[in-house]
Amino acid sequence: MLPKLNGVIVPHRKNTAAMPAVKMPAPKSVTIPMNMHIGAPSVPCVKVGDEVKVGQLIAEAGGFVSAPVHASVSGKVTAVGPMLASNGSQVTAITIESDGEMTVSETCVAPAISDYDSFIAAVRASGAVGLGGAGFPTAVKLDVKDTSRIQEVVINGAECEPYITADTRTMIDDADLVKEGVELLKKYLNVQKVVIGIEKNKPEAIAKMNELAREDSTISVKALPSVYPQGGEKVLIYNCVGKIVPEGKLPIDVGVVVMNCTTLTFLAKYAKTGVPLTEKMMTVDGSAVANPQNVIVPIGTSMQDVFDFCGGFKAEPKKLLYGGPMMGIAVPDSTAPILKNTNAILALAAKDAVLPEPTPCIRCGKCIDTCPLKLMPVEYARALATGDMELLEKRKVNLCMECGCCSFVCPARRPLVENNKLAKAELRKYQAEKNGGNK
Amino acid sequence: MDKLILSVSPHLRAKTNTTIVMLDVVIALMPALVMSAVVFGLRALLLVAVCVATSVLAEFLFGLLCKKPCTVGDLSAVVTGILLAFNLPVGVPVWQAVIGSIVAIIVVKQLFGGLGMNFANPAIVGRIFMFLAFSGTMSNYQIPNDAGELVATATPLVATGDEVPTLLNLFLGNNNGCIGETCAVALIAGGIYLMVRKVISFHIPVVFIGTVFVLSLLVVPEGQTAINYALYQILSGGLMLGAIFMATDYVTSPYTKWGKVIFALGCGLITFAIRQWGSYPEGVSFSILFMNILTPYINNWTATKPFGGAK
Repeated sequence: MLPKLNGVIVPHRKNTAAMPAVKMPAPKSVTIPMNMHIGAPSVPCVKVGDEVKVGQLIAEAGGFVSAPVHASVSGKVTAVGPMLASNGSQVTAITIESDGEMTVSETCVAPAISDYDSFIAAVRASGAVGLGGAGFPTAVKLDVKDTSRIQEVVINGAECEPYITADTRTMIDDADLVKEGVELLKKYLNVQKVVIGIEKNKPEAIAKMNELAREDSTISVKALPSVYPQGGEKVLIYNCVGKIVPEGKLPIDVGVVVMNCTTLTFLAKYAKTGVPLTEKMMTVDGSAVANPQNVIVPIGTSMQDVFDFCGGFKAEPKKLLYGGPMMGIAVPDSTAPILKNTNAILALAAKDAVLPEPTPCIRCGKCIDTCPLKLMPVEYARALATGDMELLEKRKVNLCMECGCCSFVCPARRPLVENNKLAKAELRKYQAEKNGGNK
Repeated sequence: MDKLILSVSPHLRAKTNTTIVMLDVVIALMPALVMSAVVFGLRALLLVAVCVATSVLAEFLFGLLCKKPCTVGDLSAVVTGILLAFNLPVGVPVWQAVIGSIVAIIVVKQLFGGLGMNFANPAIVGRIFMFLAFSGTMSNYQIPNDAGELVATATPLVATGDEVPTLLNLFLGNNNGCIGETCAVALIAGGIYLMVRKVISFHIPVVFIGTVFVLSLLVVPEGQTAINYALYQILSGGLMLGAIFMATDYVTSPYTKWGKVIFALGCGLITFAIRQWGSYPEGVSFSILFMNILTPYINNWTATKPFGGAK
């Protein structure tokens, strides 16, 4: 038995788990930013006034680690210009006014896939990015060159964040696509072992995936404990295949590729239809939302349009989030667009939105006891306050994945994740200076 | 739509706070408080009231004087007051208890920066201060006799002959000592409550008490059975109170698991050494104070090994 990794018990609030996704009609307009993935921003290839159709290429990949972007509605390009992204930076975005028709582009034909190279090329052309949250370009992840490096593929169906049920619905409603996705991996990446990791609080999804496992001996299902954060990449790999990804290495360095279950089903769908990543299934929930549900939304639709589709607000929203409450990003206003990797949007009423005020740290060590990666947030707080960069380096604040367990559990309500983020940035600066000085 | 709140994740917090933690400690101390009144009479409650009131008032006035936010609501001063009172013989004059409480809150806690910043347990240092400043009253252990009058008798650790209490009386608290330390069963009940509520882990109490127990087995006097002697040692004096409630103080004990083990091992060793070879009959408070001072070093020695971390 491997020693267990720690975590926290969070309230599940999976209110929408029994609701298959509903397709939302075309919004009046969509605003599609060029940085919906990790890596170089995409480069627009349309100009104001151009007529576009659903699935038509509107921006090309801006480099190797990048992804193309496609129109999510049919209509006319009305703007190509700067937009304030949720992280406060300026990013180029393309605005398309919808004609309401959702006409699919004639360029959308099933790609010709015959071998590894054509498979990777298809994945690249599909615009796929990691849909679980991080948005890493899928083609880059799968482009391992030598497929014998892949010992296991871990499919992430953990969905450990409260509220979110989009992946749950994908596994239940699109089980056949999961199966087809696995077939693709077997055929073109020569994958021999697929482990689907699902938190135990989703028995229906586990049952569905077990059906696949019975038909296909390459597939196995790992029921994970309902302890947050099972979906964290390193935690998931450890709990599914018992491997530890060392500091500074990638999962592929230990023979593992991790894919979100929705990324996999998207690839399967793309291989059949050739319609690139233009819509996203996601959970709409939170104490301010009138009718919480799962919705299929054109990428670039504003949060406001999606909330309106869900019956508007039943209480005044005080906080809007991309993603779940543990790692989600708060946005300044409801015009924020749905991105490729948005798996939920939440609107929280005052009772959930206002966080308690911090009080002095009482050094209880609960942040250490709950950290899945065995880090020491209490020490980072002190080290950052005193500028002790050596201590930050020695105690490996750089490994922090910002999962939020420490802040969640802290009785003094210290903003530990915020502190860790700052400490990581300060440490990077310090290390860059140190290395610069050595040269 | 009004202005939206922007904050860094997580946007969800566990239903806990420092006040709830401190309230749990206060609740855990209640059985022992009741037993202190049963064994030592109502004057025990008076001492607790005086220490708590003085501690809270001192904390409040210090905040007012230094224009700092009022922190009495976190209940940590209440815990300090109860623990200090529990470490006093029942006959200690009220004015001495007042001075002890002021030293604990102002000198040991607030002058170092308030809650979370003190390096030593305020109640422990308050008690040691009183022990040195008022050694007469602090070593005059009295207990009500059948007529209800306070009379001085030997504490279990110095008792000889007929004065030696039975193990059962030690367990139930029917023996002389400081007002909050005599009833082992009440203190253990409080400790179990704190563990169930996950306020403390088992490490410090079990290792501290276990160390004293095991070491006592090595020095059994002639004519006594080893188990009886070792049980007598762990049920006597301030060990239960110290190991369960004072050594487990978050601020002044290590925050790593192995750190807690080392800390408690040290406490047990020093307590045993003072009891065995020192000129004081009891060494629990000194042992905790000494290990408090070592805590930052222990934290450093026992730092966690990050998951997947490179050397």
